[in-house]
Amino acid sequence: MTLFRISEPDAAPLPHATRRAVGIDLGTTNSLVATVRDGSAVVLPDAAGRRLVPSVVRYGERAVDVGHGALAHAAEDPHNTIASAKRLMGRGLDDVPDERRDAYRFIAGEGIVRIATRDGAKTPVEVSAEILKELRIRAEAALGGPVEAAVVTVPAYFDDAQRQATKDAATLAGLPVLRLLNEPTAAAVAYGLDNAAEGTYAVYDLGGGTFDISILRLTRGVFEVLATNGDSALGGDDFDHRVFCWALEAANLPPLSPPAARSLMAKAREAKEMLTLHDAAPLVAVLADDARLDLTLTAQTFADITRTLVAKTLAPVGRALRDAKLTPADIKGVVLVGGATRMPQIRRAVGEFFGQAPLTNLDPDEVVALGAAIQANKLAGNRESDDWLLLDVIPLSLGIETMGGLVEKIVPRNSTIPVVRAQEFTTFKDGQTAMALHVLQGEREKVADCRSLARFELRGIPPMTAGAARIRVSFDVDADGLLSVSAREQTTGVEASVVVKPSYGLTDAEIARMLEDSFAHAADDASARALAETRVEAERIVAATESALASDAALLQADERDAIDRALNEIRPRIAGDDRAALAAAVAALNAATEGFAAKRMDRGVARTLTGKRIDALDSP
Amino acid sequence: MVGNGGTAATDRVPALAGTLDVSRDHFELFGLPAHFRVDAAALERAYRDLQRAVHPDRFAGAGDAQKRLALQASARANEAYRTLRDPVARAEYLLSLRGLDAAADTDTRLSVAFLTRQLERREAADEASDAHDARALAALIDDVRREADAIGAEVARLLDGGDREARPRVREWRFLVKLADGLDALRATQAGQ
Repeated sequence: MTLFRISEPDAAPLPHATRRAVGIDLGTTNSLVATVRDGSAVVLPDAAGRRLVPSVVRYGERAVDVGHGALAHAAEDPHNTIASAKRLMGRGLDDVPDERRDAYRFIAGEGIVRIATRDGAKTPVEVSAEILKELRIRAEAALGGPVEAAVVTVPAYFDDAQRQATKDAATLAGLPVLRLLNEPTAAAVAYGLDNAAEGTYAVYDLGGGTFDISILRLTRGVFEVLATNGDSALGGDDFDHRVFCWALEAANLPPLSPPAARSLMAKAREAKEMLTLHDAAPLVAVLADDARLDLTLTAQTFADITRTLVAKTLAPVGRALRDAKLTPADIKGVVLVGGATRMPQIRRAVGEFFGQAPLTNLDPDEVVALGAAIQANKLAGNRESDDWLLLDVIPLSLGIETMGGLVEKIVPRNSTIPVVRAQEFTTFKDGQTAMALHVLQGEREKVADCRSLARFELRGIPPMTAGAARIRVSFDVDADGLLSVSAREQTTGVEASVVVKPSYGLTDAEIARMLEDSFAHAADDASARALAETRVEAERIVAATESALASDAALLQADERDAIDRALNEIRPRIAGDDRAALAAAVAALNAATEGFAAKRMDRGVARTLTGKRIDALDSP
Repeated sequence: MVGNGGTAATDRVPALAGTLDVSRDHFELFGLPAHFRVDAAALERAYRDLQRAVHPDRFAGAGDAQKRLALQASARANEAYRTLRDPVARAEYLLSLRGLDAAADTDTRLSVAFLTRQLERREAADEASDAHDARALAALIDDVRREADAIGAEVARLLDGGDREARPRVREWRFLVKLADGLDALRATQAGQ
């Protein structure tokens, strides 16, 4: 079975302007941005023609450096040069392994990890935002204007906190994110596993710091993820670290200073990369006066010292297959994704496990960004005729804390998203008006063995006698895999307000403050930027409403149509104006006015589906 | 009460007949008759077509109202599909459509004899696992699955014949399938996965 890329036929230019859409792979080691140009996905290079941006940020004396510039200073300025921030997303200091504690000046404290730099305390979210901002600027230069739609990829095995951190970073970077897309799923899209390639495929994605395995079934243009598993703290970095440790021991080196350690780490990585094509790699360097290195690492030794890491990836592969109720023999093809899958021992192990040679015809570093660009292009509405659909899953079970420190599962792992589950609770005391729910993610039974995501405080419950209130709490996991919670008291219909306290994340207020700071810092005109963003949003909604009216105005009663026209007339002159608040209010009013219309259009779409009409015949929104 | 299936969609078009109509049951949602024996291919096709119409990806550029509806409708389709695709869940759901709670403790309590037997099986499995006796473990799992399948066949007959007696059998069925899944997990752990 051959897999081929989605090659789009010579698409006629769209009648209306194509929206500037990008796909971004925010990687542990490297990041990149891609777009769809003339019908095919391409990576956008920098002025020097470099496609990858090293995911390294340096808080320098005068400015913030990102990418190659930052990487060049990593060894001399280790405490202010942050690499692999992705590993720290949505994590606390307790999650940082001991051997990595010395890498930066971590600030002791609860909650999200913070690193002291010469530019002040930085969270991994802010570091990632710098990388995303660099990619946004690169894309804007290439596309000739602001990015209007972005899809940012995340490891499939990222939990809610890690996903939320990624989305927050994109917000800080000023990117309009339409979707967080799972990396293996993005790769499957880029491979164009479409109608011609039906069957069940495995995507094995070993990146710089994360490992994912996804099992997908492809049927008539539907990409259905059956199961996903992985390890969000295992990747190519760990292989470098094994080489690093081996070199320390083999060369009998004294404890290294941070700059010397960084240099040795870089040498270890070079050796690893060299072994992709060679049987041996030299490790030669003067790390300090008393620390000279002159070693040769053979492919065999490298395979031996990393054997346990390779095995650590195969355990999740077995679990994913078991969850999908499949065996290796059921898998029609195995796609390798991520730079770390270039290692020969990985290719051998995956080939042996599945009993077939893995597919590697696309660049494993670029395939995720390309898939994200294709999805962004579709979500932006540039390719309405593309009739394919992604159905993804939540990687880890969601639950709430109950009596005795136990977790009650609410959404099991590998549930197809979006998913909505409701649970009813009652009050414990007379007149109780608030309650707290502790939400966790993981497969174990005890609270202590799962990851704490957040505490949701429900307030404004009408006072009643103990046990009389019936509070229906709805847990909604959206198509980004992100959880939100809402609550309503059933007998009175009163909606409770929900205050989220993320365990390892930023609150909305913190994000808002960081946004303000970044505007002030960059000497960027904060209000101009905010106005521009609101304009993009307003134009998007006006365009969506106009095209809906063009095809479905017949569904509306005269008064409904009047209300929508009035809202449109309110918003149009304001788009050109300077009053952001008034424009935002007009956007909200148009949203409200189109609510009923939206419901009717969706119902009509459903009705057509059920009466057997082909979906191709349906209108485009 | 019980959906008579199949024709509802065409009857109720066009006004508010969609996925969010709560009076519509899972079978009606997919235009299928409310029988235990379902046409798996037709179910899958209907689910995919429905998702193509309502999935949030179709409304990524739309207003908040439309996005919220898409999330709810798509989640509803997922929930219905998840329920109907799994035979045990489907049986329980059919019972619930008939006003019977499959998990009610009043008259479906599992018999002591049944429970004792399953407890013995579980112990035997643990012993086989401890002794690394893969063959004995596999035989036990096959045995449980066989019994579960037999009960499933009986449930199918009872449910599609409109018999209330299906309820206690559904509960036993659920129990045995869970036991078999648990033993599978034990076997996987033993195999070092």
